[in-house]
Amino acid sequence: MLAFILRRLAQAFLVMLSVAFIAFMLFQYVGDPVASMLGQDATAQQREALRKDLGLDKPFVVQFAHFAGNALQGDFGSSLRQGRKVSTLIAERLPATLELSIVAAVIALLVGIPLGVYAALARGSFGSQLAMTGSLLGVSLPTFLIGILLILIFSVTLKWLPSFGRGDTVSFGGWSTGVLTVDGWKHLILPAVTLAIFQLALILRLVRAEMLEVLRTDYIKFARARGLPDRSVYFGHALKNTLVPVITITGLQLGALIAFAIITETVFQWPGMGLLFIQAVQFADVPVMAAYLCLVALIFVVVNLVVDLLYFAVDPRLRIEKAAGGH
Amino acid sequence: MDSSVNSTVTSTATAAPGALARFFDGDVWHSFKRSPTAIGAAVVAALCVFVALFAPWVAPHDPFDLASIDLSDARLPPLWMEGGVSGHLLGTDDQGRDLLSAIMYGARISLFVGVASVLVSMVVGVGLGLLSGFAGGKVDALIMRICDVMLSFPSILVALLIDGVGRALFPKAPESLAFGVLIVAISLTGWVQYARTVRGSTLVERNREYVQAARVIGVAPMRIMFRHVLPNVLGPVLVLATIHVASAILTEATLSFLGVGVPPTSPSLGTLIRIGNDVLFSGEWWITIFPGVMLVLIALSVNLLGDWLRDALNPRLR
Repeated sequence: MLAFILRRLAQAFLVMLSVAFIAFMLFQYVGDPVASMLGQDATAQQREALRKDLGLDKPFVVQFAHFAGNALQGDFGSSLRQGRKVSTLIAERLPATLELSIVAAVIALLVGIPLGVYAALARGSFGSQLAMTGSLLGVSLPTFLIGILLILIFSVTLKWLPSFGRGDTVSFGGWSTGVLTVDGWKHLILPAVTLAIFQLALILRLVRAEMLEVLRTDYIKFARARGLPDRSVYFGHALKNTLVPVITITGLQLGALIAFAIITETVFQWPGMGLLFIQAVQFADVPVMAAYLCLVALIFVVVNLVVDLLYFAVDPRLRIEKAAGGH
Repeated sequence: MDSSVNSTVTSTATAAPGALARFFDGDVWHSFKRSPTAIGAAVVAALCVFVALFAPWVAPHDPFDLASIDLSDARLPPLWMEGGVSGHLLGTDDQGRDLLSAIMYGARISLFVGVASVLVSMVVGVGLGLLSGFAGGKVDALIMRICDVMLSFPSILVALLIDGVGRALFPKAPESLAFGVLIVAISLTGWVQYARTVRGSTLVERNREYVQAARVIGVAPMRIMFRHVLPNVLGPVLVLATIHVASAILTEATLSFLGVGVPPTSPSLGTLIRIGNDVLFSGEWWITIFPGVMLVLIALSVNLLGDWLRDALNPRLR
């Protein structure tokens, strides 16, 4: 177990290092940090001084270490377009994206798992087929089209819900939240549902497939033979084992959720990190791109690590195998 | 999306050799004839491809011909709605372009970018996969680590990043280069699955008698790789490529929708949807919805074809 964790940690470190390296290369070869910090009308002397100050005259490896050190402290310099510190920009936008992603993940899980279980238990019924067809549509429709359709239905035609921005937010220290006001929730519903639909369809299909697989196994037959009520067989025994792969996929999809949030945020003009990133890509704003990349990579790596550890916690078979095999 | 596609495809990676050879010998054709879904999907896909390929001849108007565009015709509703004008079956967009024609030309651009990206990722992925499986050792380990890192990020994010870097490197790039950057961005996210699939099949093929025989009689490794192993690992690649066309078109549409895809002067389906989204609130839904329907039709029919092909090429399901 310890060896496994250590290996995973090493792997995570390697991923972070390569991402940091890519970000560093962006700075080295795509933008000129000196020009971007001093502006166009600096003298050659000022440039030279700053060059020395930033350590740009030092060897490549030293520079990379310097960059990584700064990145660890969250210092990515200033945005080329807005002239403000990247860390401030990201800190402002982070709450919006996290709230959106978490609410979307909760919707996907709370609706996807029960529907998946239902589709497996009531296989062949009309409701089950409806759920499966709907989920097929859910994985085939591109996210931005789902968002536009929802806006068209609920904002333009029915005029029930607002279609852009976060609405009223309440601020705690640096964290501005929209989940404490009615207006904030109204603004949150459409983007969160848009973001959730793809994941919901994925989870539904996965839970159904796993559930059907588990229901065929011997221990379920045995539980039935023991005369346990259906409810306890399905939810006490079958669902538990179904959830192991669901945890993995959900964890991996959490990262995808943050990536797809870029699209959702653009459709709904949601003031999160994704919108910031898209603008950075459009204007080739390297510091913002690099910082976003590193942050998302960090979130990915942490989520993957947690999922790996959860896997151990949930599935006792793994612990025994790994211990015996010394893997 | 990627992970689910990946898992289903790798299961076919273990399909028996010669899948490609069997493709045309009647079996697959037979299963095609018996599957209404496959026939329906093929008809829809063929129609879309036909319309896209022959857009200049099929389309009622030329949306790029500035002389025939009249701004006073802008935002006309479809023919069957009040205010519709004959000659514009699906209405017009915000610049007075005939929407039906714009969709046909847009599908042409979407398909071009999609297919080109798939071809590039296929060449890169199959090449690296063959090399990885055939060479083994350090080369294999390196390529597979790169794959792991690539797979741990969603493809749309990687494509966006490459696109952004491309923009930063060539700020005043001509339009043809913008297409190039876009195709590279989509391809660089897609090659991983080909590489992994081909590597898996190559590892199996490498130890078969015909490869050993070729080696014993002194055939050069490169020749063994491309002339003997490659044809035998192409079956799963074909399935992967079909499904990949759909996802590449969707990725292109997404990038164009986000405003970092094709140049605005040659609008793809994604660009049209973006244009429509800007005027959605004034009630002109058709500028968004019709290109969207076309996009979904293409993606869904190609996906269904891919699903069918996967089952048809898998001997265990027969």
